[in-house]
Amino acid sequence: MPFDRLVSTVDRWAKENGRDDVFAQIGQSEYQPSNIQWTNFLEPEEFKRKYGAAKVIVAHAGTGSIITALQFGKPILVIPRRANLRETRNDHQVATAEQFRRFDSVAVAWDERELVTKLAGIDNLRGSQRIESHASSGLVKAIREFIDGC
Amino acid sequence: MNGEAREGAAVDIIPGKKKILAVSSGGGHWVELIRLSPAFEGHVVVFATVDKAYRSEAGSARFYTILDVTRWNKFRWSQTLVKLAYILLREKPDLVISTGALPGYFSLRLAKWFGIKTIWIDSIANVEELSLSGQMIGKYADLWLTQWPQLAKPGGPFYRGTVL
Repeated sequence: MPFDRLVSTVDRWAKENGRDDVFAQIGQSEYQPSNIQWTNFLEPEEFKRKYGAAKVIVAHAGTGSIITALQFGKPILVIPRRANLRETRNDHQVATAEQFRRFDSVAVAWDERELVTKLAGIDNLRGSQRIESHASSGLVKAIREFIDGC
Repeated sequence: MNGEAREGAAVDIIPGKKKILAVSSGGGHWVELIRLSPAFEGHVVVFATVDKAYRSEAGSARFYTILDVTRWNKFRWSQTLVKLAYILLREKPDLVISTGALPGYFSLRLAKWFGIKTIWIDSIANVEELSLSGQMIGKYADLWLTQWPQLAKPGGPFYRGTVL
């Protein structure tokens, strides 16, 4: 689904601040950026290469984006999609953002106005230790035990 | 050890090795599914997901693509159901596991129908309530999990940890 609020805000911010170091995967967004490099969809390998090369990630508050940033130890600034703006089916990203905020490397902008404010300080965001690439040992153990008992 | 036991061992040369079909839709669902990989070590895993581009992350595992479905594109459901049934009949897994969303729900419903064991792990994105698929799958999941302790209930879903 489109997320034009995110794409257009970042595009305008890049223009106003002369940033030429922004790359965007815009998915199905309808707004076409004119001040940043962008593509609709990156293959996973390329997506990970971009994540690895990035200093900071700006994304919707999807668990895929956030967990990948944590795996890379990169700081991430997220803005939740809203159902009433037809950016998603329900407001689960609001709760996701609220929960992942406890990670030092995850910053949240609740709307596009706050996104502008937080983008101003984006170079000050700091990453953290990379998280493990796999699930918690408790969950892995529970699933393993179930599989073994099948 | 007597002869009979040795014969038995020859048949079950890899005791406990199971075939697992792991199903998810895209984005976070897929990222979460891949993070469960250590739970499958020593078993055979087959993946089914909605984007062929994810194949590179499945390693050497067999990989199928299915059409993504949601509550809002019912006209596609039959295609996904047929493909999932085909995969189940061809692979004959011992177990189907999913992190959602609707394609995963379908895979577990079909699996139960074929007498296959099922695991549902509701996405970590669902903090305040289970996903709709996650709520509806309860009756059909042999292991029904949430990643949030506050959503766990005595009869399930249960909380056993998270993908983080």
